[in-house]
Amino acid sequence: MADTSSARAQILGGIRKALGSVEGSEDARKRLAVHPRNLVPARAQLQHADQVELFTRMATEVAATVERLPGLSDVPRAVAEYLAGLNLPAEIRVAPDADLDAIPWDQRPTLTVSKGRARDSDGASVTGAFAGVAETGSLMLLSGTERPTTLNFLPDTHIVVLKRSQVVGTMEDAWDRLRGLGVAGTMPRTVNFITGPSRTGDIEMRIELGAHGPRRLHILLVED
Amino acid sequence: MEPTTHAFPENARKALSDERLQKVLAIAPAGFVNRRKQAADRLPEFEALRDQGRDLKNHVLANLDTYLEAFESKVTEQGGHVHWCRTDQEARDAILGICRAANAKTVTKGKSMVSEEIGINDYLEANGLTPIETDLGEYIIQLRHEPPSHIIAPAFHLSKKDVEGTFRQAHTDLPPDRVLDDPKVLIAEARTVLRRKFQQADVGITGANLMIAETGSTVIVTNEGNGDLTQILPRVHVVIASIEKIVPTLEDAALVLRLLARSATGQEASAYTTFSTGPRRPGDLDGPEEFHVVLLDNGRSALLGTEFQEVLRCIRCGACMNHCPVYGAVGGHAYGWVYPGPIGSVIQPALLGVKEAGHLPNASTFCGRCEAVCPMRIPLPKMMRHWREKEFEEGLQPAAMRKGLGLWAWFARRPALYHAATRMAIRALGALGRGKGRFAALPLAQGWTKHRDMPAPEGKTFQQMWAEQKGKR
Amino acid sequence: MAEKRPAPRVGLFVTCLVDLFRPTVGFAAVKLLEDAGCTVEVPSAQTCCGQPAFNSGDRKTAQELARNTIAAFEGFDYVVVPSGSCGGQIKKHYPELLAEDPAWAARAQHLSARTYELVSFLADVLGVTDTGARYDGTITYHDSCSGLRELGVKEQPRRLLASVEGLTLNELPGAEVCCGFGGTFCVKYPDVSNRMVEAKTADIKGTQADTLLAGDMGCLLNMAGKLKREGSAIRVRHVAEVLAGVTDTPPIGEKG
Ligand code: SF4
Repeated sequence: MADTSSARAQILGGIRKALGSVEGSEDARKRLAVHPRNLVPARAQLQHADQVELFTRMATEVAATVERLPGLSDVPRAVAEYLAGLNLPAEIRVAPDADLDAIPWDQRPTLTVSKGRARDSDGASVTGAFAGVAETGSLMLLSGTERPTTLNFLPDTHIVVLKRSQVVGTMEDAWDRLRGLGVAGTMPRTVNFITGPSRTGDIEMRIELGAHGPRRLHILLVED
Repeated sequence: MEPTTHAFPENARKALSDERLQKVLAIAPAGFVNRRKQAADRLPEFEALRDQGRDLKNHVLANLDTYLEAFESKVTEQGGHVHWCRTDQEARDAILGICRAANAKTVTKGKSMVSEEIGINDYLEANGLTPIETDLGEYIIQLRHEPPSHIIAPAFHLSKKDVEGTFRQAHTDLPPDRVLDDPKVLIAEARTVLRRKFQQADVGITGANLMIAETGSTVIVTNEGNGDLTQILPRVHVVIASIEKIVPTLEDAALVLRLLARSATGQEASAYTTFSTGPRRPGDLDGPEEFHVVLLDNGRSALLGTEFQEVLRCIRCGACMNHCPVYGAVGGHAYGWVYPGPIGSVIQPALLGVKEAGHLPNASTFCGRCEAVCPMRIPLPKMMRHWREKEFEEGLQPAAMRKGLGLWAWFARRPALYHAATRMAIRALGALGRGKGRFAALPLAQGWTKHRDMPAPEGKTFQQMWAEQKGKR
Repeated sequence: MAEKRPAPRVGLFVTCLVDLFRPTVGFAAVKLLEDAGCTVEVPSAQTCCGQPAFNSGDRKTAQELARNTIAAFEGFDYVVVPSGSCGGQIKKHYPELLAEDPAWAARAQHLSARTYELVSFLADVLGVTDTGARYDGTITYHDSCSGLRELGVKEQPRRLLASVEGLTLNELPGAEVCCGFGGTFCVKYPDVSNRMVEAKTADIKGTQADTLLAGDMGCLLNMAGKLKREGSAIRVRHVAEVLAGVTDTPPIGEKG
C-alpha cells in the first residue's frame, strides 16, 4: 500500500495553519467523550406504548407491513401465512441468531427453514433486530457472527422479528442502548437502519419498490 | 471528465432548446420542492435543527484537524486503513493501488459525487478494470457515457423512453419483443443485470454521506440498497470521502440525518442508512475483509479561513438545485462538470478555478431561494458574490460590462451631475418611447430587447418633478 | 389617551428605476406616507444604492455609494424604499459592506435599523390597515425575491390590497419564484432569463387577472416587457400605485 503520510502531514498542517491551531482542541476531544445530544424532536418522546403505536404508523407509511404477535411461538404460523398470502414459496433463510432460537419452526413442517448468510437463491429471510425507532419507523440491525448482513439485502422478502421492548423513541435512544452493551467504543461492522423496503425514484421521479434490496419488508412485532 | 463549464452560455442555450429536457424540467423539480416542504412542515423543529446543523458543522470546521485524527485512529484501531490524498490524482492512484493489491477485475460502485469529482471510473477503465455503477440512475448514465445531471437524481434528465433505449442497446441479450415501457420492468431488468455484477465484484467503492470521528464509522444513505450490496459482497470495501464530511459523534450524525433525507427527497428517513466500521469481524459470516477510507482534500482545506469556508458545511442534499430557477431552466449538464446548481456555482470555481468556472457564480439572479432552503444555511448567493469579487479583482469580467458599470458609478458618486445627466437621458428616451409606451429594440440593450420589450420611461425623473413641485408646495 | 406623537420624519429613497422610469411610484409612495401621517423628504444627494456594483463584485464602488447614501439620509426617523431589492441592499448589505470600516460601520448599522421597504413600513411600523383606495379589477401579485427573502415582505401587501375597494386578488402560482430579472443577469444571460420570465408570464396569464402587481421596478419592467412582447393586455403596475389610488398614468409599458 502506498504511503500517504506526507499527504497526511500536509493536509493536517494546512488545516492547522488555516485554523491557527497547534495542538488540536480540548473542546473537540470533550465532545467526543461526552457525545452530547443535539435537539431531539418531540415527536417520539412518548410513553412506551405510544412509541410502539408511532413505530407502527411510521413503518406502515413507508410501505413496510407490521403484524402484531402475542409471542415468539406465533412466528412460524405468521411467516407461513404471510408467504402463502403472497403466493411465495414456503422457504426461508433464517439468521443463526440465538435470539431467534426460541422460535419453534418445527411446528410448521411445511416451512423449509435453513440458517446462515443469504445466498443468491434465497427468496425470503427472517432476522431479528436490535431496535425499532419510533420517530421514523426504522429498524436497527447490527451485524455479528450470528447476524449476517446479506440477509437484510439479498432476498426479495425480508421478515424481521422485533420485540415490543426493542422499540425506542429515537436514533439517540438506540445509540444509548448500543453503548449500554458495554462494547464501549466498538461499533459492530455494520449497523443498518432500515426504513421500509428498497425503492428508487430514478426513473421519471416515480417511486417504485424493490430496486436492489427487498421489495417487501414485513415486521413481526412480538409482545415480550 | 473534461469540464465544459467555461461554455455555460452555449451549454445553456443547448439545454433550452432541448425539448425533452425542458419537459422533464417543467415537472421534476416541483416534485422535489413539494415533498421537501411537506416533510419540513411536518417536523416543528425543522428550522431549529437547521440552526443546529449549521452550528455543528461550523464547530467541525473549526476543529477539523482533531476530528480527522480521531477518525483515523478509530479506523485503524478497527483494522481499517486511511489513505490521505491531497489531489484527485492521489486519490485515483490510491484506489487503483488498492484494486491492484486485491487483484481486482470488476469493481462495483455506490453513488458518490466525490468519485465523479476524481473521475475514478475512466481511470480504472483505462487501467484495465471494469467499474460498474450500481445506483440505478448512475448505472443508466454510465451506460450512456453521460455525467450526472443532479447530485441525488443522476438520471433526472431522462425519460423512461430514454432508459428503455439505453437498456436495449447495452443489454444485448434482451429479447427485442420484451415490453419495457413501465419503470417497474426497467428496474427489474437493471436489478437482474446488476445482481450478477455484485456477485462478480472484487472491490466495492462507496462514498460517504458522513464520517464519524467518535467511532471511525462511515455512513451512507440510499434508497435502493445498492450501496449495501456494494460493500458487503466484495472482498474489499473502499470508501471515498472528502474531509469535510466528518462529524464528531453518533448523536451528531442523527442531527445531520434528520436534515438530509427531508431536504433531499422529502423523506423522513431514507430506506437505508448504514454505518460501516472497519472490516468484517472474526467469525462474521459476511462483510468485506478489507476496509479502506480514501480521504480526499482536493482544495478543500485551502477554503478554511477564507470567505468560502462556510460552503464546507454542505451535505450534498440537492435542495438548492431543486429550488433554483436557473437550474430549473437549464438542468444540470449546462454547468459543465460534476456539481450543478447553486452549490456547483460556489464550489466549481474553487475546484476548477475562476477562469474555467467564472460563469456560474454570475449566472444567478441572487433570488435567494437556495439559501432559504439549504439545511446547513449556507449563504450561497453571498459566496457567489465573493466569486464575482474575485473575478472583478482579476479583471476577468467582460470589458463592456465593466465600462458601463464604471461610468454609472462615476456619475452616481456625484449626485448633482448624476441628476442632471439622468434628467437629460430620460427626457430623450421618454420622447422616443412615448408613441408606444415601450421599445421593441434599443441600441445597447439587445440583451434585453431580444426577448422582451423595454417599457419607456415617463419622460421626467422623479427628482426633477419633485424639485418642480416643491416650488409649488 | 394616547399622546399625539409628532409626525415621523421619513426620508424617501426613490431608487434609480423609479427615479428614471416611473416617477409615478415615487409620488404614490409620498402620498401613502403622508396619508399615514408622515412628513416626507427626498434628499437630493441620493443617487444609486450601489447594488449593481455590489453584485458585480465591485466592492469598493459599492462601499463608496453606500457611504453616499448613508450621509444623504442621516437624521431621519425612518428611511423608506419602494423596492425590496434596494431596501435589502441598505438594510442587509450595508452593515456587512462597511463592517470593517471603523468610521462607517456604526452609521451603516444605524441606517439599516431605520430603513424599511414601503409596504412593510406602512403595515408593520405605521399599522396602516386601509389605504382608502379603489381599484376595479382582478389583480395577481408577484413576490419579488429580495423583498420576500431578505425583508420578509409577503403578507403585508396582501393585507393592504384586501382593503382596496373593488379589487379581487387571484393568487399567482409560483409567486415566490424569481421572474428572471436579476439586474445584470438578464442581459448577461438573456436566454436563461427569458426562459424564467416566460414561465412567469405563463403563470400570470393562467390566473385570469387583468392586472399584475409587484413591489419592485426591476421585476415589473421585466415582466411588463415580456407580457407586452407577447401581446398580452394585462396591465402592470407597482403595488404602491394601486394602494395609493394613483392609477391615472398609463400602466408600465403602455402609451399615454
Ligand atoms: S448547498 Fe445546502 S442545499 Fe445545496 S446541496 Fe449543499 S447542503 Fe444541500
